[in-house]
Amino acid sequence: MIPKSSRAVSTALTPEAIAASIASAETAASEPVARYALGLGDDALVLAHRLGEWIANAPELEEDVALGNIGLDLLGHARSFLTYAGSAWGRSEDDLAYFRGESDYRNRQLFEQPSGDFAHTIARQLFASAYFDALYRALQRSTDPTLAAIAAKATKEVDYHLDHSVQWLLRLGLGTAESHRRMQRGVDAMWPFVGELFSPEPEADAGGALEGVAVDPESLRAAFDELVPRLITDAGLAVPTIPFAWGGGREGRHTEALGPMLAEMQVLARAHPGVTW
Amino acid sequence: MTSPGDSGTRETWPLWEVFLRSSRGLSHVHAGSLHAPDSTMAVRNARDLYTRRGEGVSIWVVPASAITASDPDAKGEFFESPQGKEYRHATYYTASETVPHL
Repeated sequence: MIPKSSRAVSTALTPEAIAASIASAETAASEPVARYALGLGDDALVLAHRLGEWIANAPELEEDVALGNIGLDLLGHARSFLTYAGSAWGRSEDDLAYFRGESDYRNRQLFEQPSGDFAHTIARQLFASAYFDALYRALQRSTDPTLAAIAAKATKEVDYHLDHSVQWLLRLGLGTAESHRRMQRGVDAMWPFVGELFSPEPEADAGGALEGVAVDPESLRAAFDELVPRLITDAGLAVPTIPFAWGGGREGRHTEALGPMLAEMQVLARAHPGVTW
Repeated sequence: MTSPGDSGTRETWPLWEVFLRSSRGLSHVHAGSLHAPDSTMAVRNARDLYTRRGEGVSIWVVPASAITASDPDAKGEFFESPQGKEYRHATYYTASETVPHL
């Protein structure tokens, strides 16, 4: 085992540190920044929940740990963004996670897609991680110091997530005839939700309030298009030509998958509102 | 202990032994074992299982089948032979008075 002293001491921004600086009135998001942070937080929260569904169901014990790890990282990102977003409205991360209905969730639709088989999950994670990778690299240069700090911490973690997805994309794509077929199906199933990732942030449209603060999603498309189709081809798979879905997650329009997911996520908090756990 | 090929369901996920050197450690120390389909995934799994991705850590993975161990039943012959042979150690000898800086 690793001796305690050799563990890396994290100096990165934690959700608790954000909450503390909000409590001492050093940090509060403006309304447009809060709405932007809410969207990013919801993306991470919803995907973290989907990965949590794999616990004890993964193909191997080691993969159980890997998917759990990625889910934990994403939940950390979600907590930071939601804590920061809530500072504008006096609401905690838990208020935002548990007491908003489906139409108030702002996640893009890719993240709420059901996990399906392992290949579906890897395809969803590949697209998500390639998008997050480009997003957080750019967001580190945000003029909002809290968003920049959250992104700086997340970037390192997302590097690892992307690597994990690429490894499995290659193994399944170049594995057996059956794994190849399933990986192609997974890529095809998740592909329609790629387009929405690069559609404008509704809040960024409103009067330039987020100029220099938010990342223009359209600017992330080149990095994604340069990387992902090449990875799919390297795995011996076909890049889908399926048209993109309408999207609308950032406006609260979701696929039918999100409602049941939130029902499960929120049941306890809604049955016993206001308690401390 | 499972080793490569022992079990029908495990044959594509052989056992790997993991050695870690922490950021201020001098040598790689055996940390445990895990199953992985190949060495690349074994390193990644080892990072998740044994390092929590702490920075500045070096990981070695070795297929368990590549390790040859000494035979526990031959412990006597292997490890006890130095007993009663103190003359093999430098401390057995008295320094000569005419050599002051030995």
